[in-house]
Amino acid sequence: MKKKEIQQGLRDGIPIALGYFSVSFSFGIMAAGGGLSVFQAALTSLTNMTSAGQFAGLQIIIAGGAFLEMALTQLIINLRYALMSLSLSQKLSRNVTMGQRLVIAFANTDEIFAVAMSHGKELSFSYMAGLQVLPVLGWTLGTACGAAAGNLLPASINNALSVALYGMFIAVVVPAARKAKPVLFAAVLSALLSCLFYYVPAFSGLSAGVSIIICTVAASAAGAVLWPVEEDT
Amino acid sequence: MKVYMYIAVMALVTYLIRVIPLTVFHERIENRYLRSFLYYVPYTCLTAMTFPAILYATGNLKSALAGVAAAVVLAFYKKSLVTVAAAACLAVFVTELFL
Repeated sequence: MKKKEIQQGLRDGIPIALGYFSVSFSFGIMAAGGGLSVFQAALTSLTNMTSAGQFAGLQIIIAGGAFLEMALTQLIINLRYALMSLSLSQKLSRNVTMGQRLVIAFANTDEIFAVAMSHGKELSFSYMAGLQVLPVLGWTLGTACGAAAGNLLPASINNALSVALYGMFIAVVVPAARKAKPVLFAAVLSALLSCLFYYVPAFSGLSAGVSIIICTVAASAAGAVLWPVEEDT
Repeated sequence: MKVYMYIAVMALVTYLIRVIPLTVFHERIENRYLRSFLYYVPYTCLTAMTFPAILYATGNLKSALAGVAAAVVLAFYKKSLVTVAAAACLAVFVTELFL
């Protein structure tokens, strides 16, 4: 482990950790509202390190869905991480061992991936470990604090904070949709399908997880067929 | 106990997705349609989870709509994730003060 590389990683991880703390606070409130204990909420965040996946998973836990439904939902929503891990593996230094890869894979989140890929040099284990440790702490502690505080806060604050996670989702989608019309099309299609399943009584038997899977697969497939992305994207 | 089973399933699936391409399978995905499909997934799944759920996340529909509007406008101008999330919260809070 090189001290300088670890320090550089830690420094790059601070803004991610701060952002994670505030957003996972909102996840903690939701988890506690759904009946999870503070420990269960924090454990979910510590072991998953994914906002969208955890959020969908929480809906399934609350609804008492099947384990297979849970596994499938996570697979579809988190499949994009396979692509990120694939890209990341190309940028890792040659002397990163298999054991170290097992550690690095654990917290390869959207934000950590983005920072790692924009790092000028090839990635050492020291840098990656430094980069990941604070965001993992921030994500877990934020969830624990949110779950603990959720029941103590007045309803007005609770209501306000409960849109934080959705706000972050919007912040990911809108700039991409502005830049690329196909993304706008796919996102709008997905939202329309989601509303259809929510409001039309014929679909009321559809669980939250299944609805998310169908919307995601159908809208992404439509986008892929109508506007396949060019190479190197 | 069942909650821990759910958490274990979630964590295992998510970890396998991340670890397999980093350890065993290093090659690049060549199929253009599969690559395109995966490119759209983050946007479609986040949108499906946000709508219409966000409309019922707060005390009432009006404050929720204020939150959506604030988030969409700031996101359009490419503000950071935390700024957009905070603005959405603030919009909900302020709207509910006046209702």
